[in-house]
Amino acid sequence: MTDTVKRVVEPESLHHVVIRFAGDSGDGMQLTGDRFTSASALFGNDLATLPEFPAEIRAPAGTVPGVSSFQVRIADSDITTPGDAPTVLVAMNPAALKADLDRLEKGGLLIVNSDAFTERDLEKAGYTENPLLDDSLRSYRLVEVPMTSLTKTATISLGVKARDAERSKNFFALGLISWLYTRPVETTTKWIAERFKDPLVRASNEAAFKAGYHFGETTELIDHPFKVPPANLRAGEYTNVTGNTALAWGVIAAGQLAKLPIFLGSYPITPASDILHELSKHKHFGVRTVQAEDEIAAIGMALGSAFAGHLGVTSTSGPGMALKSETISLAISLELPLLILDIQRGGPSTGLPTKTDAGDLQMALYGRHGESPLPVIAAYSPSHCFFAAIEAVRIALKYRTPVILLSDGYLANGAEPWLLPNIDELPDISVPFATELNHVAEDGTNEFWPYLRDPETLARPWAIPGTPKLMHRIGGIEKEDGSGNINYTPQNHQRMIHLRAEKIAGIANDIPLAGISGDEDASTCVLGWGSTWGAITEAVMRLRNDGTKVASVHLTHLNPLPKNLGEILRRFKTVLVPELNSGQLCRLIRSEYLIDARSISKLQGIPFTAGELVIAIKEGMS
Amino acid sequence: MSDTIVPLTTKKDWSSDQEVRWCPGCGDYGVLQAVQTLMPELGVSPANTVFVSGIGCSSRFPYYMNTYGIHSIHGRAPAIATGVKTARPDLDVWVITGDGDALSIGGNHLIHMLRRNVNITLLLFNNRIYGLTKGQYSPTSELGKVTKSTPLGSVDPPFNPLAVALGAGASFVARTHDLDRKHMIEVFRAAHAHRGASFVEIFQNCNVFNDGAFKDIVGREQREEMLIDLKHGEQVRFGANGHLGVMAAPDGSLKIVEVADVGESAILVHDKYRENPGLAFALAGLSHDDHSPTPFGIFREVESHEYAGAVSAQVAAAYERQGPGDLGALLRSNGTWMVE
Repeated sequence: MTDTVKRVVEPESLHHVVIRFAGDSGDGMQLTGDRFTSASALFGNDLATLPEFPAEIRAPAGTVPGVSSFQVRIADSDITTPGDAPTVLVAMNPAALKADLDRLEKGGLLIVNSDAFTERDLEKAGYTENPLLDDSLRSYRLVEVPMTSLTKTATISLGVKARDAERSKNFFALGLISWLYTRPVETTTKWIAERFKDPLVRASNEAAFKAGYHFGETTELIDHPFKVPPANLRAGEYTNVTGNTALAWGVIAAGQLAKLPIFLGSYPITPASDILHELSKHKHFGVRTVQAEDEIAAIGMALGSAFAGHLGVTSTSGPGMALKSETISLAISLELPLLILDIQRGGPSTGLPTKTDAGDLQMALYGRHGESPLPVIAAYSPSHCFFAAIEAVRIALKYRTPVILLSDGYLANGAEPWLLPNIDELPDISVPFATELNHVAEDGTNEFWPYLRDPETLARPWAIPGTPKLMHRIGGIEKEDGSGNINYTPQNHQRMIHLRAEKIAGIANDIPLAGISGDEDASTCVLGWGSTWGAITEAVMRLRNDGTKVASVHLTHLNPLPKNLGEILRRFKTVLVPELNSGQLCRLIRSEYLIDARSISKLQGIPFTAGELVIAIKEGMS
Repeated sequence: MSDTIVPLTTKKDWSSDQEVRWCPGCGDYGVLQAVQTLMPELGVSPANTVFVSGIGCSSRFPYYMNTYGIHSIHGRAPAIATGVKTARPDLDVWVITGDGDALSIGGNHLIHMLRRNVNITLLLFNNRIYGLTKGQYSPTSELGKVTKSTPLGSVDPPFNPLAVALGAGASFVARTHDLDRKHMIEVFRAAHAHRGASFVEIFQNCNVFNDGAFKDIVGREQREEMLIDLKHGEQVRFGANGHLGVMAAPDGSLKIVEVADVGESAILVHDKYRENPGLAFALAGLSHDDHSPTPFGIFREVESHEYAGAVSAQVAAAYERQGPGDLGALLRSNGTWMVE
């Protein structure tokens, strides 16, 4: 359709734009945002997304708690965050306006569905005055579009009932924004054709999308469109991936690289359930998934599968982690490989189920009974989840230990373009099963000792059922090193605690050293872990572009820490640690290295923006 | 693994070198003997056998079997065993548990293992007491039980383990006791042969903390008049010369009658293959205490959809349909684009 209509005005070119779609939970905002993202990805922009939605499936319609939003930033260069503040806010109803207006930058473009500003809708959102009529929106460029009625007009001629017609209004909004930012139309119309099986729904959505697009083109409500040229990304083949999808694919890849079948035991929990969904789709990779009766059974089954020779995996979020902790300790005692995926969300208790948080670090490090150290890995971006999974599995298998991999709600649901890795370059992480007797008893007979360790890794042999002659019993009771027999003697217990700790500490020799980004000669270093990477990277870049010297270090291995970390951090006068918790890594750094690290903390269930960090880092430097 | 030739084994091949550490006189010894005696007769190999237990006296059992074994954590054995069996349906998996382990802290895993009908044989050592923690009442202790934690008597009524299992949809439900090795062996043999989750309750005497809990039923003097030995296809009769029998009342309830009073034709004929668990449930509830006639044997044995095999079948079918997983194709499955 675009080739038949001449543009009156040439699009204005922008380096980046931040668009936020906000509406009621039932308005399809996540879908709208997701489609805009895909179209932009295919167009060649770099992008980052921030979906936000309520914990309720359908909170009361039209209320502020029921608002669902999707923020996406598209750019012509490499970006690492979904933007500080939206440049455009699309508000489908008064509640969405109320919930998200504060985020819109001053002077930003505010597009509202004016049909939804009825007295009743205003009341439900808690407005006493209609904000479209008073002067309260004067700081923004307000554009009122009667999206509901325009959608109805466009679709009713197709035979769609008036009630159903309204449901396509998100596609009207998508069409309008697609025109505004010169997105290719075909990507979306093709998707609509494939996605909706019901011919009437399909036709209705397509008509609404086109109506929105044409509305932008033919009215003068918005003076001209914009374009964000493709980013100059590294050459290669890209896909758009969320953290949970990348994590699930990483687990599958790890199974392939380890030549092991995969067993996922999981119990549905937000925001981790998509990992269970994704892995359940790929059984032909030798993936078994069990939706267990509870979190405890989920990890118990995964541990049982590990004993039986599978790659045992369990996925959960904070409350589930708490329930799994006893079994994690058992896995430490049994010294079996196990992957535990914790997709963090705001706590304590049910907390903020759909919001991001980094409050589980200390639980991952210390949250178990007894002396029970284990390796902890953290993913730093949606696509990095793929590699983090492989690394976590590598360590779990090689050292026969449970490993906790931390992700969070922001990475889980956030998306970014991902330059596909060369599969042939992924590491071989396979380990051999024990097949032979390994010890000679005092009477000269050959026997199998399940806790006879590899002198280098301190890992015990992994002998799986079905292997002749290697029958053995392991349990949570303290056992004698070597033979594995029950042993309660004082010296043995101390020896075993030290051995288990040494095994984990020794992994420091087998992980990358910490590296410094930015100005190595700066006096301030920003130390991060997990999903703060994007905001820290952009904040450091902005500061450096302004002539401020600053360095950053980002950790993917939280236990053990890289061997050179203390030495690196001591080079800086100031160490600042931004975290979406109240300073958990910061406290660890202070106690581990006696460094006067200082915390930058945010506890709102939403990620840091780069702008916030620029201010906080500047304050911390002075 | 059905193709592999399993070498003949002896009882010794199934016994580990570990010293058995139960209290002298404990009923667990008898169960261990029964299992070790039975195993060579099953045509399975120690290397292909896994015993999984939870926590409690009986849960030390795996250490004494020369097989693969996990002594896990309290209550979780059915879940861990489900993981072993679902990952590797070729393995012969047993769960050893107790009344506290299976019915209190691990109740959830027990009912779900039974519901899923995972092909596992579960032996529940019921001694109606917590032994390893030295004598607190258990979820099968009788109401009013005086123990260290209930000095004035317990005020919560007990579970009927068989009724719990039947309620969870168990496809194989049986009861035996630690004083009759032959009976145990036959029940265990049938439980092992059953394809699905097999639930076996063993009346097991704790001679230290709850001695004689079952003596009014299983004691050698009492058995004849108190132990009802269920046999498939036969009338449910017991007592000297079978003078007592079980009769179904019109309302579906069961009662114990003098056969002479009601006539032979009125006596219930046991059918363990009945699809409907109603009669098995009624038999399980026939006795309300440990001082009245109590049925033993196989209450229910029905064929049902088995879980571990079904999971593997889905994996195999997906492989058949889609071929081996292709990692490159997976990473491209959401669509890709080229940047030049």
